[in-house]
This record gives sequence, structure tokens and C-alpha cells, in this order.
Amino acid sequence: MKEKEAEYVNREGKRLDGRKVNELRAIKIEVGVIPSAAGSCYLEWGYNKVIAAVQGPREVLPRHMADPYKAIIRYTYRMATFSVSERKNPKPGKRDIEISMVSAKALEKAAFLEKFPNTAIDVFVQVLDSNAGTRIAALTAASVAMADAGIPMKDLVSGTAVGRAGGKLMIDLTKEEEDAPDAVDAALAILPNSEEIVLLQMDGIISPKEWREALKMGIEGSKKVYEFQKEALKKKYSGDK
Amino acid sequence: MGYENVLWKLQGDKVLESINAGKRLDARKFDEYRKIEIRKDISHLAEATTQVKLGNTEVICGIKLEIGVPYPDSPEEGSMSTSVELLPLASPEFESGPPSENAIEIGRVVDRSIREGGCLDFKDLFVEEGKSWIAFIDFYPINYDGNLFDACSIAGMSALLNAKIPKLEDGVIVRGEWKGKLKLKNHAVLNSFAKIGNSIVADPSIAEEKALTSRIHISFNSDGNLNAFQKGGPGSLTANELDQAIDTGLKNSKHLIKIIEESSE
Repeated sequence: MKEKEAEYVNREGKRLDGRKVNELRAIKIEVGVIPSAAGSCYLEWGYNKVIAAVQGPREVLPRHMADPYKAIIRYTYRMATFSVSERKNPKPGKRDIEISMVSAKALEKAAFLEKFPNTAIDVFVQVLDSNAGTRIAALTAASVAMADAGIPMKDLVSGTAVGRAGGKLMIDLTKEEEDAPDAVDAALAILPNSEEIVLLQMDGIISPKEWREALKMGIEGSKKVYEFQKEALKKKYSGDK
Repeated sequence: MGYENVLWKLQGDKVLESINAGKRLDARKFDEYRKIEIRKDISHLAEATTQVKLGNTEVICGIKLEIGVPYPDSPEEGSMSTSVELLPLASPEFESGPPSENAIEIGRVVDRSIREGGCLDFKDLFVEEGKSWIAFIDFYPINYDGNLFDACSIAGMSALLNAKIPKLEDGVIVRGEWKGKLKLKNHAVLNSFAKIGNSIVADPSIAEEKALTSRIHISFNSDGNLNAFQKGGPGSLTANELDQAIDTGLKNSKHLIKIIEESSE
């Protein structure tokens, strides 16, 4: 086990890809990439590439799904057939559906939905390339696309994975780190200004003490992601191009 | 009729009026394509990926090769499969759910262009008795602004030109390693036309698609031969109109195939 631990973080505190434990992979965000959408965002995060679009607020069909007090958010997370090692069946699986559901709830908390009663805000995110952390990459892009669509929001949604590999806590795990024998992997998303948690899913075994430390790292990491999101939106909207 | 349909109807009327006066709304000549841009290598896990922009229409194509069982009528050959998913992210007109008939038509016509164009060497996709490669060619429109047929065809052909065959060890695919390039015997590309009023225009925009009475898709291969037809839409075509489309397509397809070939260098 001691040997395994040395594998994921070396003596200089560097991980397999040379990052520090609290360092994110490279992030690139572009706003307004799909002309026919109300709002859109392209995001690269390490090897992950996702594209998000928002359609609406628009009429809810079927009508009985409409809420007379607020807009509903419908979120569709899908992976392209070629975005994984073995070709993915194009039919949505349980994983796609669960991720879509929890992501919709995360966005719900960030937007002033009561401004648009009886409408639907449809969010579509397509994963084009992947290497661990696609659901958070997708949600990060989706919240930027929602802002781009002009939907009033109290905050963006920002997040990162946080977990453990080889006995060391770290953020933004790669596929290799997720596959560590003692891996803990949690997807976390917050409203960065209030630090409220809006998405949390974890696999693995961890002590409460270790978890509290991990969460702190995750919140810090999410706030770094928030800076990239803000920068990208400013780039499109600040006027001085 | 929803208000969006009313707007398209008005736009369509304007297109018709303009075409009848000899002009396209975007000032293109009747036989002129929009600007084409091709980017490669979107996904590092695919055997090939390309992103094609045809004006504002954008499509991503990815190819995956998997091991399958040869068809009983061609036991020493591999096979191919295409799919098009009209993602609702690409247009407010597209809806979630199983593939619509429009998605199926685009997929099948693009499939015919590649298959009947003799592009793939199916014998080269044979591995051993009972085992062969299946080339999955999947298309995802990212933005719909008319003529997804040609955008998919260009994306598919350029992806095929870049595709690699995965390495096999004891019959198992070694992910992330490739034994070489996919062998191609020919190149083919679709040319789509819209009939608006009594005129035939190449590479219809979304507004032109709303005004068309019929469409014709013709596939040409590198030898300058026709290898697939598809007539769509409720209207008809005369033999003369078809001839006109073939002549224009013959000229344009050379140009398109050249752009595709250059993009893979």
C-alpha cells in the first residue's frame, strides 16, 4: 500500500500529470458558439470537451408539465458515441438520466425561475471527448450558457471533482486517479458566492474528518472554476473586445 | 400554426420572390456553396473526428471501429453503420427522443453516398473467420442553418480519410493504439439542391429549405460518376432540372472533394 501511495503523488507533491493536489487541469471556455440557441457555451477541461446550449424560456410541451409559478428546467446530458473508449450506445442510459436530473436541480437553485412562469428552460449538453469529470464540466458549461441566454441568475454554478487517490486528497481527478485502488471520487458543484452546495455525488470510503478537508479543497477549486466562467462571459459582454 | 412557423412562412415567401427575380437572399450565385471549414481531432478516444462548418451549419462526425460478426452473405467482409442524431441543442426545431424521420433520412442518404461510392474497402475490414470490423460513423449537428446533408457528407468523408484502425491483440482491441490508417478505395460527396419556384439552387440555407418544393441530393465519387440519388420534398423535378443539378454537382463535387482531401493532409 505504501508503494501505491507514492504512485499518485510523488515526493515533490506532484501528481501523475504534474499537477499539485489543489490544481485544476487546463480550462478553456467560449461563450455564444451556437447561433440558433438562446445561449451557448463550449468548454474544454483537460481532455474533456463539452458543448452546451439553452433553448427558451419557451412553451412547455406537454402542457401538464408546466408550473404556473415558475419556469421548469429540463436538462439533457448526453455523451457522443465517440467520446469514450468503447463506442457508446447512442440511446440514453441510466447514468445519462441521473446526471441530467441532478444537474437540473443544481441549476434550479441558481436562476430566478419565478420570472418565467409556465415556461421551460431547456438545457442540452453534449460531451464530445472525455477523461473523468464530464458531469461537472457539463454543468459548468450549462450555467454559463444560461447566463448567455439572458436568464436572470443569482449566481453561476461552479464545481470540480474532489477525492482521494493513493492516500492523498486532491481535486479534479483524472481517469487514472479515479481508478486508484483506494479512490474516493465526489462530484461537487456550488453557488460560488454563497458556497451553497447544489450538487454532490460521491463514490468511495472516506472518514468524516478527511471528507471535511476534501470539501474545503473542493470549494476552493470550484471558486477557481468560477473565475474562468466569469472571464469567458466578460470576454463576450464587456464591450472592449 | 405557431408564431415560429408563421415567421418561416414569411421568410420563405421572401426567398421565393427573390429567387424568381434571379437573386439569393445571401447574395450567393445559384450554384455557389457557403464557406467550408474543416477541423480535425476533436476527441482523443475516437478513431477519427471532424468538425465541419458549412456557412453557419455545423456538424461533428466521429468514427469508432468495433469488432463484430460479418453478415452471412459476406462472411469475409467488414461493414459500416451511420447514425445522425438531430440534437435539440442545434436548433429549436429539433426535439429529444428517438431519431426522427428527418434524422434517419440524412443518415441513410449519407450512408448511401459513402457505401455506393465504393469508399470503404470492406475486404480490408475482415479480421478472421467470424470476426470483422464495423465502422460506426456517427453525426452530431451542432448548429442547424440548412443543408445538413452536405455538411454531414463532408464531415463523414473527411473523418474517413483520417480514420485509423485500432490494434488487436489476441482478438481484443487495444484502446488508444492503432495499427494503421483505414484503407479507402474512393472518395465521394453529396451535392444537395433545392427547387424554389422554377430555379435550382445548390447548398440551400435554412430559409431556402423553408421555401423549397422539392430537393435533390446527388452523390459523386472522385471518378466523376454518380453513385446515389435522393429526391425529397413534396414537389416534382423535370428531367431538365435534374440534368442541371447533375452538371452543377459534377463541377462542385470536384471542388468539395479537393477541400476534403486537403483537410486530411
